[in-house]
Amino acid sequence: MFPGKPIQKALSHLEVSIEANRCLYCYDAPCTRACPTHIDIPAFIAKIADGNIKGSARTILEANPMGASCARVCPVEELCEGACVYNTESDTPIRIGDLQRYSTDHVREHGIAIFAAGPETGKRVAVIGGGPAGLSVARDLRRCGHGVTIFEAHERLGGLNTYGIVPFRLSSEVALWEAQQVLDLGCEVRSGVRVGDDVAAESLVKDFDAVVLACGMGGVPRLGIPGEEHVWDSIEFIERAKTTGTAPGLGNRVAVIGAGNTAIDALTCAKRLGAACVTMYYRRGEAQMTAYEFEYDFAKEEGIEFRFFCAPTRVVVEGANVTGLELVRTSLVAGTDKLESIAGSEFIEPCDTIISAIGQSRLITAIEALGIAHDGGVVRVDDDMRTSRAGVFAAGDAIFEKGAREAMVVEAAEQGKIAARSIDGYLHGSTSSP
Amino acid sequence: MADLRSNLAGIRSPNPFWLASAPPTNSGYQVQRAFADGWGGAVWKTLGTPIVNVTSRFAGFNYREHRMVGMNNIELITDRPLDENLKEIAECKKAFPDRAIIASLMEVCEQKPWHDLVKRVQEVDIDGFELNFGCPHGMSERGMGAAVGQHPDLIERVTTYVKEAARVPVIVKLTPNVTDVRFPARGAARGGADAISLINTINSVMGVDLDSWNPIPHVDGKSSHGGYCGPAVKPIALNMVSDCARDPEVNIPISGIGGVETWRDAVEFLLLGATNVQVCTAVMHSGFRIVREMIDGLNDYLDAKGLKSISDLVGKSRNTITTWENLNLNYKIIARVDQKRCIHCNKCYIACEDAAHQCIDRVPRADGTYDLVVDESHCVGCNLCMMVCPVDCIDMLQVDTGLPSESWKERNAVATS
Ligand SMILES: Cc1cc2nc3c(=O)[nH]c(=O)nc-3n(C[C@H](O)[C@H](O)[C@H](O)COP(=O)(O)OP(=O)(O)OC[C@H]3O[C@@H](n4cnc5c(N)ncnc54)[C@H](O)[C@@H]3O)c2cc1C
Ligand SMILES: Cc1cc2nc3c(=O)[nH]c(=O)nc-3n(C[C@H](O)[C@H](O)[C@H](O)COP(=O)(O)O)c2cc1C
Ligand code: SF4
Ligand code: SF4
Ligand code: SF4
Repeated sequence: MFPGKPIQKALSHLEVSIEANRCLYCYDAPCTRACPTHIDIPAFIAKIADGNIKGSARTILEANPMGASCARVCPVEELCEGACVYNTESDTPIRIGDLQRYSTDHVREHGIAIFAAGPETGKRVAVIGGGPAGLSVARDLRRCGHGVTIFEAHERLGGLNTYGIVPFRLSSEVALWEAQQVLDLGCEVRSGVRVGDDVAAESLVKDFDAVVLACGMGGVPRLGIPGEEHVWDSIEFIERAKTTGTAPGLGNRVAVIGAGNTAIDALTCAKRLGAACVTMYYRRGEAQMTAYEFEYDFAKEEGIEFRFFCAPTRVVVEGANVTGLELVRTSLVAGTDKLESIAGSEFIEPCDTIISAIGQSRLITAIEALGIAHDGGVVRVDDDMRTSRAGVFAAGDAIFEKGAREAMVVEAAEQGKIAARSIDGYLHGSTSSP
Repeated sequence: MADLRSNLAGIRSPNPFWLASAPPTNSGYQVQRAFADGWGGAVWKTLGTPIVNVTSRFAGFNYREHRMVGMNNIELITDRPLDENLKEIAECKKAFPDRAIIASLMEVCEQKPWHDLVKRVQEVDIDGFELNFGCPHGMSERGMGAAVGQHPDLIERVTTYVKEAARVPVIVKLTPNVTDVRFPARGAARGGADAISLINTINSVMGVDLDSWNPIPHVDGKSSHGGYCGPAVKPIALNMVSDCARDPEVNIPISGIGGVETWRDAVEFLLLGATNVQVCTAVMHSGFRIVREMIDGLNDYLDAKGLKSISDLVGKSRNTITTWENLNLNYKIIARVDQKRCIHCNKCYIACEDAAHQCIDRVPRADGTYDLVVDESHCVGCNLCMMVCPVDCIDMLQVDTGLPSESWKERNAVATS
């Protein structure tokens, strides 16, 4: 078991009742417009209030196949709750995420199945990657009656929901239940199989009527500093921490490089695993941090320390052990957003472990093996998730483009939904691929 | 400090808040607790031949998270021997001589039993009688309660019996389970009643359990209709009080009952013509202590209005209620939205669009939200949007039509002359 309390506590029945009844049942509700999957939020809340919890869960899951995990991992302040009409000086928004959790917990805890597979069409679709995007495509394809085979490099399904999102936000139990709901519709799963290594990408295109690339992104890219081989990859670190509940060799002083949401996750994970002194190092300032404000606040509450305007230059190693991180002070060139290092300002921060969280690399090999167009590892798709190659579609983090979309579970779910609709059309020959 | 003393047909009490005849006035213990908290009077739980009650007697009507918006009961009159009740009444009166104690009575419709009961009860020091012609279940099946209250002549007759023997004022308590409450009220007046009180509870079936399909509440799988009371019945009670207060053939003081919970409710009853009010459900919900808030609130209200006593309120709105034909057809109001306070829930829009007159437009703004704009030339001033707005940002404004006041009656008179 991972140490520490979950961030979010389930609401009590009384809280649910008060919250559900407080919802105004807005017309053309702004919360629904702000949800990337457009869950009919007033409807699902009204169903809680009138005691139809299964119906409430159906409303949620119909629109969002990842509704149970999204209830826990969505940055609701930025989405539905941020748009709720109750964001006034005197009111607080409806706790939409918590209510969504209530309804989806109900069907999970009572083993209620909501969806059924459609009549078999005889068509077969290969889904590469069993994360939120792949699972969403798979579910909706099964509901249309198309055969689905999921190729998943990991042993278990769920993608980052199972392996990447910190356990105190989303337990792998919920992630795996959600995946199981999809499997229960009758999918074939080839787990532990990495397309490109264990099976040729081209053979999938040949053997299946359509292929979806939902492989997400890769590990953290290189820092390019001496001693780099001693630096931990934040995604791998979180995965190990989440699956085993421990992190041998973590030590007491941990330095995390980067200032995004993944950095916050690595920092808080390390802290909860017992490191006494956990510090974030960022080459820019507080104002430029890419982590959500509520994540930053959470890290502060957890006792994380922050150092701004310093960039790593070298890992200090003694024998086989890391003893420190050398950094150089930086500053913004006046009037621009360009950074410059201040010569001679290098200093060493003593530490036992250095974790890099400066972003995620792209799985270019898999993309190129399918022969589809991409921009620096971002798969190019149209609005219907069609890639440059007929019959090949893509969704999720694989098409995540900085600045354009957010890398979020809820976006992956929505794109999966769109991809399934588009593939269904393609398989029925009603839509021709470019 | 305003003067809160009340005088209903000669029955005096230090304030107009009485406990209605119901479970809170079951026993001397309770009534003394109530008086200690400040209640001005108490109508004792109806006396008569002691009955047997069933268990599972009450049910609440909840609206969303609000509990007991309405309440229903299938309880009967007192289940305790008369002697015991009378002994406790005497003790209460001794401990609180300034409070009004009214004995509620129920008997079969014959002269002798009524004379006997009245004489026996007034051996103790009571301030008045209230005749229970309202109990809608159980007792009515035995020819008492509402079975009497639904027949104006029976009311008249029994009231006459009581008046023949009574040495203290007699109040007749009316049932709302009639088509026009003025008829039983007139019966009471003809029989010589000194006052009427209304309403008793309204026939009701509270609900059906969706799993067992049993009624709510049920007694071993069955139920009978019960009596409905509490905040939900106030508008019905106000209407009936108002009807009686305006009827020249009734013309006796009124004790208002039905859904009174706060001083505000009481003020409304008084304005429409009640001399005092009686309370049951609110006490069953929250206990006797609520009377402190009622007394404070009424006092502050009178002070704020510069009024010296509650008699300055009684009946002041009586004549504002009339028949529809007398309403001014040239009076016009329209809705206007205060954009600054609007939170964009669009509830007014969909209410007007689907259920009123399709005259609220959503005018897009640069920030992606909408201004809710009333098409004032088509608004019929129905109030619906104002009612559904959760933040009270819709005002109904009077517009000058430039036309003189004209009612339907006047318009028709002109047309036919
Ligand atoms: C540390 C961290 C924390 C996050 N926290 C949040 C959060 O709180 N809220 C939120 O909304 N989002 C969060 N995200 C983002 C979110 O997890 C992703 O946007 C989402 O998981 C994308 O789904 P996906 O299916 O596209 O990719 P993934 O979840 O990455 O799934 C891709 C799957 O494909 C498999 N795969 C890859 N290559 C191959 C191959 N060649 N053959 C077979 N299988 C392959 C992988 O093993 C993986 O299971 C977080 C991300 C990270 C890294
Ligand atoms: C449980 C219960 C028992 C009642 N019993 C009597 C009764 O014995 N005699 C009577 O005249 N009215 C009885 N009533 C009616 C109340 O006195 C009162 O008229 C009615 O409840 C409306 O007032 P309210 O809305 O304040 O409750 C009873 C009401 C309730 C809820
Ligand atoms: S905006 Fe808020 S109040 Fe309105 S429907 Fe959505 S959750 Fe309910
Ligand atoms: S008052 Fe009635 S008609 Fe006028 S805008 Fe409101 S809802 Fe529509
Ligand atoms: S009901 Fe009130 S708050 Fe809601 S949109 Fe209309 S005016 Fe605005």
